[in-house]
Formats: sequence, structure tokens, C-alpha cells
Amino acid sequence: MTVHASFLQDRDFINSLYIVAVILFIVGLRMLRGPRTAVQGNIVAATGMAIAVVATLLVRGVGDWHLIALGVGIGTAVGIPSARSVKMTAMPQMVALFNGVGGGAIALIAVTEYRELLHHGGENPELSFLIPSLFAALIGSISFWGSLVAFAKLQELISGRPVKLPGGSLVNLVLAAIAVLAAVVVAAGTESEALVWLILLAAGLLGIFAVLPIGGADMPVVISTLNAFTGLSAAAAGIALDNVALIVAGMLVGASGSILTKQMADAMNRSIGNVFFGGFGSGGGSAPGADAEDGVDRTVRSTSAADVALQLSYARLVVVVPGYGMAVAQAQRAVADLAAALEKRGVEVLYAIHPVAGRMPGHMNVLLAEADVPYEKLKEMDDINPEFARTDVALVIGANDVTNPAARNVTDSPIYGMPILDVDKAGSIIVLKRSMSSGFAGIDNPLFYDPKTQMLFGDAKSSVGEILAEVQAL
Amino acid sequence: MDLVTEIAILVLAAFVGFEVISKVPNTLHTPLMSGTNAIHGIVVLGGLLLVGPAEGFLNELLLVIAIAFGTINVVGGFLVTDRMLGMFKGRKAEQVKRAADEEQGA
Repeated sequence: MTVHASFLQDRDFINSLYIVAVILFIVGLRMLRGPRTAVQGNIVAATGMAIAVVATLLVRGVGDWHLIALGVGIGTAVGIPSARSVKMTAMPQMVALFNGVGGGAIALIAVTEYRELLHHGGENPELSFLIPSLFAALIGSISFWGSLVAFAKLQELISGRPVKLPGGSLVNLVLAAIAVLAAVVVAAGTESEALVWLILLAAGLLGIFAVLPIGGADMPVVISTLNAFTGLSAAAAGIALDNVALIVAGMLVGASGSILTKQMADAMNRSIGNVFFGGFGSGGGSAPGADAEDGVDRTVRSTSAADVALQLSYARLVVVVPGYGMAVAQAQRAVADLAAALEKRGVEVLYAIHPVAGRMPGHMNVLLAEADVPYEKLKEMDDINPEFARTDVALVIGANDVTNPAARNVTDSPIYGMPILDVDKAGSIIVLKRSMSSGFAGIDNPLFYDPKTQMLFGDAKSSVGEILAEVQAL
Repeated sequence: MDLVTEIAILVLAAFVGFEVISKVPNTLHTPLMSGTNAIHGIVVLGGLLLVGPAEGFLNELLLVIAIAFGTINVVGGFLVTDRMLGMFKGRKAEQVKRAADEEQGA
């Protein structure tokens, strides 16, 4: 290798930069393990990305700077303001959207690369290019359209409840078969652009129809899965493009998405297949009507803000159990204020965070962090469950299914076996809830009829505000 | 690079990914997700590599869209992760930050 004026464009030099970028990605992700190092970790990873982009711009033949500037310009103009202005409660749909455009980019790149090859004609493209490229197109398209549906559901542009489609899994199977068959035909040597578009179309419809029937409570699993999909397709695109940075970065994301998906599914005691093909809440063993005759006393005790304030103020340990309802009501700041007022009176306040509370993994943690709750107070399920026995008051705010004791003992309940927060072990339980409707899973919650439970009905934010006012007046 | 090398890299990257990620606490799952999300925005490189040699309006259009999508993914992803992580404060860090804010305000 001779060093000359254009050594910057040397393949080895560029690949070295890619390796630096990849190291920074891995180090950055490692630093995400702890809240103290996480901010720098993200910056380290972003630096890696900047290096990878600069390295790519050095590659010989990369050009058409107008078009590059146009694309990057549009992307920046859209990306920065949306990232800056998005509310923390809207984070799941933002992540879904960012994930979707990533998948879309991959699908478009795969298609264009194929078109270019056809255009230049000559020999048949090699299998080592075709297979990863078609895979990237297929999975990228599923990810794009699936993420858009997830976004629309979370943004409530369409119903967040499970939408049952006629045909159901059969339609999905047929679509998957069409996409895969078309891919096999193209890989076998048929030069057809139309077939590649057909792959994108069938995969896109599959993404839409697969996510549409999934209820809001299952969104953490869906978002993780789509994230893993985009990562895997990026890695495949990397093989097609002979780009080591893409391969490693894509695979890192594929691995992390897969782990999260598994953790989320485990936290609900459901298989991933069951989430995508189960149609939670649209069937299942506990229709409310059937339960009504099981001899359980269905009396609900409702209470007042003043009474709640009194109980909280004279407690030693209060455990707050937040759920998606808190996010919907934007009550996190009010909750943090209430906790601060109680702490001033010497009450210990902890938060019990179920792994799938909210609409994406770790959703509650972000909301409470936004409200300046120190992360030491946010306890994971396994850490907080033994504490409920010494808890005086458990304050359940907009959480439902993750506290449902039916998961423990009602064998025919759809959530039977799901690990739950042992809220019912607390001395007394106060549930803040808008109304008596059941959660996203559509399952009756015996916790609400527990003699130790009192319900405070109303909007979570104003309820917490009233309690706070009463506490301060004491 | 030949295919076998690339697959070897792929497999090793998967193991590194599993190893690194499985130890992230639940608390940080959302930032982890949006952070990794930003990282797969690396597909923007594909768009950058292809747009130069690309011929024809449709190809150029598709690639500009791809670059724009990839850029949204990268820029938005890292920014939003940074914003989120900035909110995670421990007890000490919180006090330090408050002091700093007051200083700035003064």
C-alpha cells in the first residue's frame, strides 16, 4: 500500500474507520448499562455514527453531492424538530416511527440496488448478493409498514384495541408465502423488477395485517420485535453491500431487539407467536358475564381524596404502582409532587415498575425520570414484590393487568402465569382509575373487589392533584 | 470481502450484542431501544454509497428518500435518546444539577 494524496480513499483506511465506528457502537451500548454512564454512551455511539458516515463519503465514486445534501437536509429538517418536541408520553410512537423509516430506507436501498444491477445488465447477479438483498427488502418492508401501524395505534389515529381481521393468520400465511416465493424465484435467476416490487408489497401488507390485530398492551413486544427486524435487515443489507459497519451495527441491533422481545414476552408469560397470532382480548376464558356468577363478592369501595391523603400521610411506606393510565392522564409530574410532599412528612415512597407497564419497555421509567424522580426509587418487579408485605399503602395509578391477582390463581384467565406485582399483599390498596372498565386485555380484575381495596374514580392527574392539596392542608 | 468472512463477522456481532445488551437494567430499556434504533439508522450509508453511481430519475428519487429516512432515523434517534437520558437523575446528580441551574439563572 502506497501512501499518496488520496490515501483517504484507500479501502483499508475506510475499513479501519468502520472498525473504529463499530468499536464506538459497542462501547456506547455497554455504557448504556448504568444511568450514570448512559448519556456519554449515547454520545459515544453517535460519534461512531459520524465517523462511519464520514468514512463512507470518502469512498471513491461516492458523489452526487446535491442529492446527498438534499436527502440529509430533509432528514435533518424532519428528525431534529420531531426529536426535540416529542412528549415523553409519546415516546413509544416516536420510536416506532424512527424504527419504521429505518426499515423503509433498507427496503428502498435493496430495490434500487437490484434495479441498478438489472439496468447494467450483463451477467446474473450473484447469490451472495441476491439472498441478503432480498431478505433486507422483505424484512425492511415488514418493519416499515408494521411500524407505521404501531405508530398509528399508539397515536390513536386508529383503534388501539385488537382489530380482528377476517381470515386472520391465514391471510398472513398467504402473504408470507407470496413474498418468500417471489424472493426464491428472483434468487433462482429470474430477472424481474416486478417480482421485487411484489416482495415489497406482500411483505408490507404482511406487516400491516400482523400488527393490526395486536392490542395496545402487547405493544412493548411488537415494538421490540420490529426493532430487531430492522436491525437484521440492516445487517443483511450490509452483506449485500459488502459493508462491515452495516453488518456489525445491524446485527447489534438485531441482537438487542431480540433480547428485549424475549424479555417482554417472558414478562407477560406469553410466547412471541402468541402475541402475534393470539389476538389477546378478543377471546379467552374470562368473559365478564361468566365470571359474574362465580360467587366472588363484587362490591367496590370508593373513597375520597381527603381520605386517601390521610391514609398516605400516616403511612410508613407507600408504593406507587404506575401504569399506562398515568401516562395518558399526564399525571407523572403530579405523582412526583405528591411523593415529595409525603417524603417531607417522613413517609418512604417507592415506585413499583412492571417490565411491561406502558407501551414500550421501560416506558414508566422515562416518564418518572422526566418528573425528576430519582432512579433509585424505581424498583423492578423482583425487587419490590417482597416489599409489599411491609407496605402500608399501595397506590395504583392507571395500572390494571400488571396487578391482577387472577394471573396467579385463575387458570383459565388469559393472563394466567404472567408475573405480576403483588399489590394485594400490601396493608391497603388505593386504585386510581377513570372508571370500572377493564384494562386493554379486557380482563376483570379481582383486586378491585378486594376488601382492602378502595377506588378513587376520576382523571388520574386531577385525582392526584386533589390528594396533594389535602396532604398539604393536613 | 468474501461471504464466509461476512457471515463470521455477523455471527460474532450477534454474540457481542447478546452479551452487551442482556445486562441493561429494565430502567434503561426505553433509551436502549431508541439508542439501538438510532444505530440501525446506519443504513443511511447504503444510500450514500449508491446515490453517486445511480442512474435514472426513479433510482435517484428512491435513494434520496432512503437517505432522508436514514437521516431521520439517525439524527432523531440519537437526539431523542439524549433527551431521555438527560432526565435520568440519581439523588446526588439531581442536587448537583439544581445547583448548576441556579448558578446559570443567577
